Amino acid sequence: MTKQIKLAAHFPGVNNTTVWSDPASGSQIDFASFEHLARTAERGKFDFLFLAEGLRLREHAGKILDSDVVGRPNTTTVLAALSAVTTHLGLAGTLSSTFNEPYEVARQVASIDHLSGGRAAWNVVTSPDAWTGKNFRRGGFLKREDRYARAEEFLATVRELWDSWQPGTLVGDKENGVFARDPGKFVHSGQQFDIHGEFTLPRTPQGQPIVIQAGDSDEGREFAAKAADVIFSRHGSLEDGQAFFHDVKRRLAAYGREYGELLIMPAATFVLGDTDAEAEEHAREIRLQQVRPATAIQFLEQVWSRDLSGYDVDGPLPEVDPDPDAEPLTWGRVRHEKDQLALARKWRALAEEKKLSIRELVIEATARQQFVGTPSTVASTIDEYVQSDAADGFVLVPHLTPGGLDEFVDKVVPLLQERGVFRTEYAGTTLREQLF
Amino acid sequence: MVSAELHLGVAIDGAGFHPAAWRVSAAEPAALFTSGHYLKYAKQAEAASLDFVTLDDSLALQSGGEGVVRGRLDALLTLSAIAPATSRIGLVPTVTTTHTEPFHVSTSVATLDYASGGRAGVLAVPSLTDAEAAHFGRRRAPSPQDGEAETAEVLDVITRLWDSWEDDAIIRDAATGRFIDREKLHYVDFEGRFFSVKGPSITPRPPQGHPVTAVYGDSPHAVGADLVITRADHLDAVRAAAARFPGAKVLATVSIVLAETEQGARDRQHELDALVPFEPVGLSFVGTPAQLAAELPRWAAETGVAGFHLRPAVLPDDLDLLAGEVVPALRAAGAFRDGYRGETLRDHLGLGRAVNAYAVTPGA
Repeated sequence: MTKQIKLAAHFPGVNNTTVWSDPASGSQIDFASFEHLARTAERGKFDFLFLAEGLRLREHAGKILDSDVVGRPNTTTVLAALSAVTTHLGLAGTLSSTFNEPYEVARQVASIDHLSGGRAAWNVVTSPDAWTGKNFRRGGFLKREDRYARAEEFLATVRELWDSWQPGTLVGDKENGVFARDPGKFVHSGQQFDIHGEFTLPRTPQGQPIVIQAGDSDEGREFAAKAADVIFSRHGSLEDGQAFFHDVKRRLAAYGREYGELLIMPAATFVLGDTDAEAEEHAREIRLQQVRPATAIQFLEQVWSRDLSGYDVDGPLPEVDPDPDAEPLTWGRVRHEKDQLALARKWRALAEEKKLSIRELVIEATARQQFVGTPSTVASTIDEYVQSDAADGFVLVPHLTPGGLDEFVDKVVPLLQERGVFRTEYAGTTLREQLF
Repeated sequence: MVSAELHLGVAIDGAGFHPAAWRVSAAEPAALFTSGHYLKYAKQAEAASLDFVTLDDSLALQSGGEGVVRGRLDALLTLSAIAPATSRIGLVPTVTTTHTEPFHVSTSVATLDYASGGRAGVLAVPSLTDAEAAHFGRRRAPSPQDGEAETAEVLDVITRLWDSWEDDAIIRDAATGRFIDREKLHYVDFEGRFFSVKGPSITPRPPQGHPVTAVYGDSPHAVGADLVITRADHLDAVRAAAARFPGAKVLATVSIVLAETEQGARDRQHELDALVPFEPVGLSFVGTPAQLAAELPRWAAETGVAGFHLRPAVLPDDLDLLAGEVVPALRAAGAFRDGYRGETLRDHLGLGRAVNAYAVTPGA
């Protein structure tokens, strides 16, 4: 059976994927930029728009990192505002389970679900470090090993709150003067949260807003299989994708869930051109902008935890090993690989095999675009990934704000629609209706 | 009597200020949980060029049993959802300060300011009840004194966070590869009695520099903000409140029940009170639009307040009369401006440019 592809648009982030130096690059903070991307995604019949969350500005070598985009808005506030300028697009945002509490997250996401008529989604993440905690009352109290325990109980508690107004609670009988009967009562006594009282919002249009989980670790996969609707993963080769897909999907049965109840949507970048060769050339230019010399050194220093500013980015990798005992030089940038020495060995082997300089290595290791080619090539590649169970769809990450999705929507989406693998009209009004 | 021009804000909560309002209002109960309900009233207030609308909020359910409206949307998110569909009206949500993170409060108000093009305010209130504390399970309800002191601290730190980016911090200098001039970003390093915050904000300085800060000025512990709303219930107490905050714009709350005749207004109030007995906070007005238009400038002159925060008993009924009759009568008397003169809420309130505490160049 032909699978229908799911598509989401990621607002360009505060990392080096976003090319701010391009003349076509617009504001990363004005509401008009968010509105532009949301309207484009909705024009393309996308499932949802995705916004990350900022908790502290990134630092490198003791200073605020100034080479990438810096500054972003509050996630839920932008999503609520976007509900006014869209009608069907899902509105998804990250909210940390560490620097928020279940009652306020449940309330904010439920409010967006009401305000948007059933289009809210919440990406549950954990953020354990004390460095980020300096901006918060709670500080960095969470031990790394406790983070999924808290996240799981956090999500379970939020779901209890979303369910706390049973159907029929809101009576609204003007004649007899009954507005609501016994609204929102809840009690949750657990290891992480011991709370009780009354929730302030009626059951939302989706009942349970969509829950996204991002995290590739074993714990993350299990958590997603148990409790999430969508897993937001990293993109790799077709084979890697298939292995991940099958590993996550096989875990569902243990929780009494069907194969189709958890969607796997890796993040993916793309570059289009009139010919495949032109797209490749364009992609190469973009990579050079994404990994400028200073950025290449920063990435290296992030892994090495040493001052490498004296190295030539067009020369070979340093012979000295990373210093695993040193304080990290980089704060606030996601580090997928925890073992610095192992990662350095991997990078050295890659550089040796392909004869790469520092800058070329960093490009190779961190900045390869995933879908590169003509609209036809990209459409067929995306379709192949989905039909061969390497993914259920993709969260597309444009490299330009706010127009980076325009070309995809104008040129690739019609081809996916012609193939019969992507909707031409929205079905229903809620995000849940689009996804499932 | 020629009087100064008044500042006017209006509350657009639920079906109106009176707890029985939902029973007589044309609005459907379920509509109270949709953005269209609030957008309609905000547009009405905007058409009358009022300074701002407010929405109350709390982290607890309203008390009062099954006969009153219970449940409400997050106020800041609701006003965000109507921001793109309005153009001039100020948007002032209540935001609580006890169980929330000051860092999130700062960025969410800044973001409302971006989404509205400089029309955001924030009415900061503590969460003083045990019910709210039990929803979080992290701390006990503070005493009123501590709650107010913490609210002052929150207003202090959110203002510092707004200032933690100078207005010209984003330079996008491709030649040097620098997106920002980091000399123009500042750690706030706030260490207070209740919390500490490192900074800088994740959000660049909002369009107004400082969105308008507001507090209720009734408690003896209250400290000032740009705007102080007094809910005193007689003119002497309003006068005393206005005198306590000489640096702020002080507005007095007035609950209003209007009708074309005085008797009609009294009948409406009796009808509402018969459904659910109610003692409104603030000054109370029951009468005709013309009488209200005559009273407001007189009350302002007698007490020294800069204007009023009006709470219509029933929406849309009392807002219809306020926008349709009271405002034109005030204009005719020279007590209210003919339209908007500026773009931002600070403009409407005559607050002037917010000075950045960190900027070397004053006013930058």
